[in-house]
Amino acid sequence: MTSDQPPRVELVGISKAFAGVPALDRVDFTLHPGEVHALLGENGAGKSTLIKIMTGALAADAGEMRLDGRAVAVGSTAEARALGISTVYQEVNLVPTLSVARNVTLGREPRRFGLISWRAAREKARARLKRLSLEIDVERALGSFPVAVQQLVAIARALEEDSRVLVLDEPTASLDAQETRLLFRILRDLKAQGMAVVFISHFLDQVYEISDRISVLRNGRLVGSAATAALPQRELITLMLGRELERVEQRAAAAPKAAGAPVLAAEKLGRRRWIEPFDLVLRAGEAIGLAGLLGSGRTETAKLIFGAVRADSGRLTLDGAPLGHASPRRALRRGIAFCPEDRKAEGLVLDLSVRENILLALQTKRGWLRPLPRDEQRRLAEAMIEALGIATSDAEKPVGQLSGGNQQKVVLARALASKPRVLVLDEPTRGIDVGAHAEIVALVRRLCAEGLALLVASSELDEIVAVSDRVAVLRDRRIVGEIAGAEITRETIIELIAGG
Amino acid sequence: MRVRYLPLLATMTVFAALFVTGGVFYKHFFTTLVLGHILADNAFIIIAAIGTTFVILSGGIDLSIGSMIGFVGVVMANLDAAGWHPLASAALMLAFGLAYGAFQGFVIDFCKVQPFIITLAGLFLLRGACFMVNIDSVPLRHPFVDAFADLYIPFPTGGFLTSSAMVMLAALAAAVVIAHFTRFGAKVYAIGGDPASAELMGVPARRTIVSVYALGGFYSALGGVIYALYTSSGYPLAGTGNELSAIAAVVLGGTLLSGGVGLVAGTLFGGMILGLISTLINFNGSLNSAWIMISGGALLFVFIVIQKLLVSSFGLGRAS
Ligand SMILES: Nc1ncnc2c1ncn2[C@@H]1O[C@H](COP(=O)(O)OP(=O)(O)OP(=O)(O)O)[C@@H](O)[C@H]1O
Ligand SMILES: [Mg+2]
Repeated sequence: MTSDQPPRVELVGISKAFAGVPALDRVDFTLHPGEVHALLGENGAGKSTLIKIMTGALAADAGEMRLDGRAVAVGSTAEARALGISTVYQEVNLVPTLSVARNVTLGREPRRFGLISWRAAREKARARLKRLSLEIDVERALGSFPVAVQQLVAIARALEEDSRVLVLDEPTASLDAQETRLLFRILRDLKAQGMAVVFISHFLDQVYEISDRISVLRNGRLVGSAATAALPQRELITLMLGRELERVEQRAAAAPKAAGAPVLAAEKLGRRRWIEPFDLVLRAGEAIGLAGLLGSGRTETAKLIFGAVRADSGRLTLDGAPLGHASPRRALRRGIAFCPEDRKAEGLVLDLSVRENILLALQTKRGWLRPLPRDEQRRLAEAMIEALGIATSDAEKPVGQLSGGNQQKVVLARALASKPRVLVLDEPTRGIDVGAHAEIVALVRRLCAEGLALLVASSELDEIVAVSDRVAVLRDRRIVGEIAGAEITRETIIELIAGG
Repeated sequence: MRVRYLPLLATMTVFAALFVTGGVFYKHFFTTLVLGHILADNAFIIIAAIGTTFVILSGGIDLSIGSMIGFVGVVMANLDAAGWHPLASAALMLAFGLAYGAFQGFVIDFCKVQPFIITLAGLFLLRGACFMVNIDSVPLRHPFVDAFADLYIPFPTGGFLTSSAMVMLAALAAAVVIAHFTRFGAKVYAIGGDPASAELMGVPARRTIVSVYALGGFYSALGGVIYALYTSSGYPLAGTGNELSAIAAVVLGGTLLSGGVGLVAGTLFGGMILGLISTLINFNGSLNSAWIMISGGALLFVFIVIQKLLVSSFGLGRAS
């Protein structure tokens, strides 16, 4: 269809190694104008590395890049931007201390007489955000907004009028269905105007909905590239994983099982401007899902229960005894573990090694005066790396050098390594690939069967449906309904969210 | 009211409170005369601190300021003896400050080392150079020096704005424009907030860091020029410890040491607060001058605690 014009971007024979470990091996990639090209693969396959090379954030060891048929050398992200390549990197790579308006316009602030006009900059930012139906105070610091909003801001930043290539690395990882739909509508418009889009995601439904072409990487090699219509999902998964995926994601317990004793109970727990007082009982062996739209209070509920944030009304009881002032350290000591939503800002210490990160929660639980013996540490870390399939060359690698999905696995591993009785997960599988996703769901279900009390907050309804025995639905910072057992389906949850 | 203006407001409130307190205790304190003196006496350090504000906003630190002030004075005094016009030697020293700062910035970015270490080396290097040039105090004798000192704008109520204070205010105005109304300024804030993200957003790290330290070097050299003209001499020990006062002025002015958050105008008030404290204690006469440092230190403590609270309760820095 586009054979008469040269490809917008052509990558030929791209190779890249980190400290001798190859991440990409002679990868070819062709992107045409007016197409959405999905780049898929397991966690650590090399997707982000490839687009970083394409957008000037990393230099390739070998290979070349052509833009509209001309060879180009993109030495920096600023140069890429000047060539019309806009990028949303995985994770939110914006500056949290700067205002939203500054983040959207950084480097291209509108100027009058050589000086920045902040009024015009704010207007530009507002207009961009409006396309994504986001109306927020653009002068507030970006870091004070939830991750999903930050992600939308990153997308807004990339929607430059003069872009010819738009690269999106897991842009929908923390968006819910509605925002994703909006983004896709914009992508379709852009496509019609001849924009070339690279789209990375682990949500295969989204890939089939929006993409025209799929390329698959496995262990740094291109293992296939085909028109989306010609590649059925089963084949695609096999291509990605190099093996077939067993279906484990159905509801494990269709029949409601006898719930265990209450472990952690919230009574009229609440915090002003944060979440309205609610009651919630977590029982041993039971998984509770928290569903709701962005801003409905999922994260807030999870944080109150863990004690990351203090409640100003109500109380929490553990085994019937009231918990005093909550703090993360106390919670950990009592066997409550938490995986935060924002792994970069709250979850991981990026400069510490995988081993140290995994052991952080356990060490807190034991107290810092009783360090774990070194051998024990190594053994535990390796066990978790094995159990969650964390792709890393070794346990001593700094977490910041892992791929996004593997960093997320480390967050999970850390919570699990502390052997909690109560586990609170906020967006636990953000950026995790299909294969690992299935394994993690199975693992969590198994722990639950062994008596763990689980609370999962997620924007992904399928995930909620797959793991939960009971679902609490939130709307406008209030728990508006609870469903259990066979009632738990996408449809009933959506109905509750919508206010049915 | 924007959260980011809160620290500046706090600084201005403290300044006003101190000034009024002085007025309550001492006759003739609450006057433009005293204000004019404080501005004149502290102009050089505030100028240097303005440059440091950029460095700290970018997430760095510059310890070479005090030595730069001393070095500039010594060289100017010697060039004066050799017959140079002070404006010519000042221009030369400003160029030197710019180049020296750029060099420090380049080494910091190129070797990816702590700015603390590199600028500490700068501190020793320049101070050593002072003593190489000469050991004693050398006067500046050119008639321009006196002419400069005699230049002032009288206030209607008896005070005056000296030439050094005017230079300082002009330097401040330029800094406000650079920090808040140029793309370079926006990049400094970005790099201080999150260097890795800023780079992915297209901020050229090397160029920005080099420029930031060059600007810092320029402003500390300007501080040195003003100090030399104000004292009409060059003394190899001049400016000792001033890097720390400059950093204190920046922090009192509401800029976070972690980078990325702060306002240039705050530094003026931070520096003025330090000046006000020493004036207050000098006015008293019976108090040991050690109290100057003690109260400065206590105030720093209080401010850092206030900033911490602001950051955590209003999400001034990162998300809560
Ligand atoms: N800066 C780095 N230093 C060392 N190794 C790195 C670095 N960046 C990436 N890697 C390694 O390169 C490989 C590919 O990583 P990449 O981030 O491209 O994966 P990905 O396909 O994007 O995965 P995900 O789906 O989890 O985001 C991984 O094994 C990772 O550990
Ligand atoms: Mg990735």
